Amino acid sequence: MSIVTIERKVLEKNDQIAERNRRFFRDRGIFVLNLVSSPGAGKTSILEKTFERLRDDCRMAVIEGDVQTDLDAQRVAEYQVPVVQIVTMGGCHLEAGLVADAMGKLDLDSVDLLFIENVGNLVCPSGYDLGEALKVVVLSTTEGDDKPLKYPAMFRNASVLLINKTDLIPYVNCRLDVLRGNALKINPDLRVFEISCSTGAGIDAWCEWLRGKGASGQ
Amino acid sequence: MKNEAKTQYLCHPRLRFVIMHELGIAQNIMEIVRQSVPEGLARDIRKIRVRVGQFAGVVPDSLDFCFGVMAGESEMPRAALLIEEVPTACRCRGCGREFEMEELVFLCPHCGGTDLEVISGKELEVVDIELVDHGGEAL
Repeated sequence: MSIVTIERKVLEKNDQIAERNRRFFRDRGIFVLNLVSSPGAGKTSILEKTFERLRDDCRMAVIEGDVQTDLDAQRVAEYQVPVVQIVTMGGCHLEAGLVADAMGKLDLDSVDLLFIENVGNLVCPSGYDLGEALKVVVLSTTEGDDKPLKYPAMFRNASVLLINKTDLIPYVNCRLDVLRGNALKINPDLRVFEISCSTGAGIDAWCEWLRGKGASGQ
Repeated sequence: MKNEAKTQYLCHPRLRFVIMHELGIAQNIMEIVRQSVPEGLARDIRKIRVRVGQFAGVVPDSLDFCFGVMAGESEMPRAALLIEEVPTACRCRGCGREFEMEELVFLCPHCGGTDLEVISGKELEVVDIELVDHGGEAL
């Protein structure tokens, strides 16, 4: 038997491209967020609310990732925000190379805030760096307050948690304090916003925070 | 399978209905192996040792399954994965102590601190490759 020593990271190629993306964004002062959640948590609705609040203050663009269809890109385009749709054809997450391709299709010289809406999935996207400044995980109250414990990698790797659909609290089995506590057990540094895209509650606080990021580029 | 899929998936036909990222990871592992072992020796590969952290978001059984299907029809048909799982461990920036985590609660069991650095458990690496020798031919 012979042993060949390798000692290489399996995702090294992805990580290299992600680092290149990150340098590109940093050089241009673009603040990039990677939005992750399970399907239906409200990522696109949050983007819509964000466009309404910030369109006069920040120049925004979106890279959409979906398994099929460009339905989300159509929703974004309604707001006259530049958007590129990536269809992964079954792939469960975005990779840095796909994002790099999409970047080539956007005029990023005139963008302050770039949102990358990942494929709806609380597992796979956590392991793939895209070159973003930070990950924003969205969890809706209908999913239950135990999810941070069940999908710890996603909550540990994120910097911001948006708890969406807080207007449904009276009707669903989800305790906000428990949800928040569980998320902070996994990641004590998480910045948490409680929001509702239906009523608009909490959206201002989230957008205010985002406005600061878009202005400073970091 | 009664309904023929209309979608063109970018993966092995036998795994057309398997949508998991372990498939892509298995492909990456094969690619790294191809870059490391001369093509003529691929048939001699028996084991590929990989390190998978508990916190890497990878299901070892799924990875093993995907790799097995792909390797079986590749130039390295007798290659098998040897998966070493690495537990999640942290260092507390408060008291400086290191500990392994049984449950994923980011709380130092010694001082109760929450400022923790994950020092292992995120690994996803190809460690080494074992090949059978042919006539004492060194690699």
